[in-house]
Amino acid sequence: MTDLKKDYQKILASVQKPVIGEAGKTGTWSRLKPVIDLEKCIPAKSGKFICFNCWLYCPEAVVSREIPPKINLEYCKGCGICMEECPVNAISMEEVKFE
Amino acid sequence: MNRNFSREVENNMVNVLEIVEDEYIHPGTRMCAGCAMSLIYRFALKALGPKTILTVPASCLTVLHGMQGFCTTKLSVLHTPFATTGASASGIVASLEEKGLADEICVVAFAGDGGTTDIGIQALSGAAERGTNFIYACYDNEAYMNTGVQRSGSTPLGAFTATTPGGKTRPKKNMPKILEAHGISYVATANGSYPLDLYEKFKKARDIKGTRYIHILSACPPGWGYDPKDTIRIGRLANDTGFWPLYEISNGKFALSQPSKKFLDPAKRKDIEQYLSAQKRFSNISKQDIETYRNYIRDQWNEIKRRLENQ
Ligand SMILES: Cc1ncc(C[n+]2csc(CCOP(=O)(O)OP(=O)(O)O)c2C)c(N)n1
Ligand code: SF4
Ligand code: SF4
Ligand code: SF4
Ligand SMILES: [Mg+2]
Repeated sequence: MTDLKKDYQKILASVQKPVIGEAGKTGTWSRLKPVIDLEKCIPAKSGKFICFNCWLYCPEAVVSREIPPKINLEYCKGCGICMEECPVNAISMEEVKFE
Repeated sequence: MNRNFSREVENNMVNVLEIVEDEYIHPGTRMCAGCAMSLIYRFALKALGPKTILTVPASCLTVLHGMQGFCTTKLSVLHTPFATTGASASGIVASLEEKGLADEICVVAFAGDGGTTDIGIQALSGAAERGTNFIYACYDNEAYMNTGVQRSGSTPLGAFTATTPGGKTRPKKNMPKILEAHGISYVATANGSYPLDLYEKFKKARDIKGTRYIHILSACPPGWGYDPKDTIRIGRLANDTGFWPLYEISNGKFALSQPSKKFLDPAKRKDIEQYLSAQKRFSNISKQDIETYRNYIRDQWNEIKRRLENQ
């Protein structure tokens, strides 16, 4: 095998693997975490697939589009966008103990 | 709090539930909390789907993809030297054409404003002039953010950066206009605060042939100086003040996009000071510069109005 071919095989062998948490548990970046009040949340209250602003605007894609929406706090960076964009103020940022 | 939750949803062609549920970026990236570019990339990839090859020059977006050995995205991404984005896309397209895969696989260049308006402009202009069959997306956070907020050609007038400590003295370069002058098949503007509009534009661009250019305003908490929770609100102000109109130009035909339509009426626009005063980078902006903004916005919309009337 020529050296060039060997180099090419090395490159192929180092193809990167997609992983969750490439930067570690980004949930540790913030003490404050979003907590959804299910008494206020529109889909949780109505049982209808409407709203999901928290799912739509989350830059980290850690909110699920289900009833009720769930937030993966292991990777949520605590930016607070979901709190700001919730139309009925159902989300508050609270100190959540994170292991 | 956003009381208008259904504003974008109702006015738009797509509903939140019609958006592809698959995510192409794994959580736990290195991007700052509240980064609009993360949101933009998330929706762009949803619209583009798995049969996409990306090429990305040095930028925050490089860092999003991760360090050696592991990556965050499930699509094929080529990391290319700064000035070469347009050329590398041309190379990928040529190889797909040779293999007979050009109709199936979409080639997308995704670059920052520094990589687009300054460093990569030559390669991009060349690719656009050749009518290379690819999408070029620029996420515009209005400075070289990854290296610590240096001014770029896309930094707006009066903005503080590490290299414009007294505020930038020149206005923002109008990159979509430059690309339009190449006579390419599709040019659109977008904004991270309108992910549904952005999603539609990427979906549309995917099905068009030739060079397609999408320029996306991308709010950046540390670079612009505001609280991460306000990312969507700040981007919305850029739209509502008339500073960053959303439009698309398909084969020369100009159309305003839904979130910007009503701002043809100057009375509906918010004053630009609301946008500027919400960001620390403009904290020392002069009265004269604010007036320049007002005139710029007025002229920009007069031009849009004339264009809509005469086409
Ligand atoms: C040829 C070359 N010059 C300089 C750099 C250093 N560099 C890496 S990222 C970057 C900033 C890119 O700015 P932009 O394109 O606006 O993307 P952003 O970081 O703002 O997302 C610079 C200057 C480099 N990697 N290569
Ligand atoms: S934005 Fe608020 S109301 Fe809407 S789904 Fe999320 S928590 Fe519920
Ligand atoms: S705080 Fe930010 S990262 Fe966490 S769920 Fe809300 S929007 Fe997503
Ligand atoms: S510096 Fe700005 S663009 Fe870069 S990751 Fe942070 S928020 Fe995003
Ligand atoms: Mg930039």
